[in-house]
Amino acid sequence: MAKTVKVDALGDQCPIPVVKTKKALEELTEGGVVQTHVDNEIAVQNLTKMAKQKALECSSEKIDDRHYVVTIKTEGGMEPEEEQAPVCIPDARGNLVVAVDSATMGEGNDELGKVLMKGFIYALSQLEELPKTILFYNGGATITTEGSDSLEDLKSMEAQGVAIKTCGTCLNYYGLSDKLQVGEVTNMYDIVETLASASKVIKP
Amino acid sequence: MDEKITFCKGGGCTAKLGPAALQRVLGKIPRKYDPDLLIGYDSSDDAAVYRVREDLAIVQTLDFFPPMVEDPYLFGQIAATNALSDIYAMGGEVKTALNIVCFPEHYDMNILGEIIQGGTEKVHEAGGVLAGGHSIADADVKYGLSVMGTIHPDKIYPNDGGKEGDCLILTKPLGVGIVCTANRVQAASEAAMEAAIRSMTTLNKYAASCLGNYSIHGCTDVTGFSFLGHLSEMLGEKYSALIDSRQVPYIPQARQYADEFLLTAAAQRNRNFLGDQVEFQMEDFAMEEILFDPQTSGGLLIALPQEEGEALMGDLLKMNVSGAIVGEITEKHSKKIIVK
Repeated sequence: MAKTVKVDALGDQCPIPVVKTKKALEELTEGGVVQTHVDNEIAVQNLTKMAKQKALECSSEKIDDRHYVVTIKTEGGMEPEEEQAPVCIPDARGNLVVAVDSATMGEGNDELGKVLMKGFIYALSQLEELPKTILFYNGGATITTEGSDSLEDLKSMEAQGVAIKTCGTCLNYYGLSDKLQVGEVTNMYDIVETLASASKVIKP
Repeated sequence: MDEKITFCKGGGCTAKLGPAALQRVLGKIPRKYDPDLLIGYDSSDDAAVYRVREDLAIVQTLDFFPPMVEDPYLFGQIAATNALSDIYAMGGEVKTALNIVCFPEHYDMNILGEIIQGGTEKVHEAGGVLAGGHSIADADVKYGLSVMGTIHPDKIYPNDGGKEGDCLILTKPLGVGIVCTANRVQAASEAAMEAAIRSMTTLNKYAASCLGNYSIHGCTDVTGFSFLGHLSEMLGEKYSALIDSRQVPYIPQARQYADEFLLTAAAQRNRNFLGDQVEFQMEDFAMEEILFDPQTSGGLLIALPQEEGEALMGDLLKMNVSGAIVGEITEKHSKKIIVK
């Protein structure tokens, strides 16, 4: 007989019904059924949306205009995702961020600068402890896009968990928006956030 | 910090009445025709515009809501920034503002002082003057402004004036609704709340000041009805839009909180309202939530000719506005909005 837990979320505004239900589901480590009582249809829809995303069986019933019951079944094993918890505590050890703001490395001859940049990215990929994030902005956007000599090195680092992020405004500016070959597009807020939370930032 | 405001029940624009409910009521109200009322609520625009002289019109708007942050001073700033935004979305210049206050009699009046202080500072930053107000005793705190601005009747930015081929620029990151919701259940990081507050207290004045040299076809501010909701209003019945979700700016943590199902009722109401008019061509639950997320004091959504887009982006950057080109207006398809 599956264990049934009742969650009373009558009078609660979103997201409280979902938060309570999620907690109840996580506590059913051996599996079971959570019945959440809510007083509005929007809460029913938000609960259903969560169940669908978590691939859990879900049904709902209207008792009256101000009372609905949502039933969600879990097989258990829904412990809170541990790795998401320490978001607020920046990892001081390995949070190296590399900021690439140009197609070339250093001032002087551009041809040489390009060769140096290719060498820099390669050497980066050979580091014992890889950077957490590599940011590309302004002229740096040419390094993650079609025609770059460094794509293979970058892809190899991405495969090892390095976040490769290129400034979307810069891609737009250089007409490279549909030519991105590696990593994801980012924005100024994320760039500032990433730089601010880095333990160390290096620039080629 | 003591819990100074304990009534923060999910305020800001998440407290708006749903668009469907509103439409039902407003549809039944008799309209009076006045040729000088250039913009009324026929086009669900941001503010009303009334012509008083051939070369002068006034822009009027009103906005208030319950707190979405615990700090009264910040709440005042956010509420005012949000109210002033409608003037900028029309292309107007802020002149005067009146306070709208609901406040429980038994609360510490210093709290009210801080709220109004925050609001007043924003009115001054906008170049306007605070000219009075009205307050009533109420069970919950609510604050906002009624703002009057001026505009040239030929230089109004309608919110539904976009044309086929226009590019769409968004001038603030999305996700402040989700972040504030996460904050209510103590699940938001400090950095996320900081980003949200920074965004909510930034006047759209700076973005609007860049628009004068461009052929702006349409402009609106993104608030409670979400990016997709306001985009839908912008498109009207004539056009569709193609949105590139990879270009949409958002507060990074909003994605994580959406994945943790810290969802608002308002976002779901927005989703219900637009229903199958939106087609998502990508599998990205969190991004869908971000696009339906009600924004408090959100950025401007601007439609202008494709060839002018990059230049405007450059000007915005110079004003420290980190906008993004997020999509384009297309001919009408069976789906009003396609998100890829």
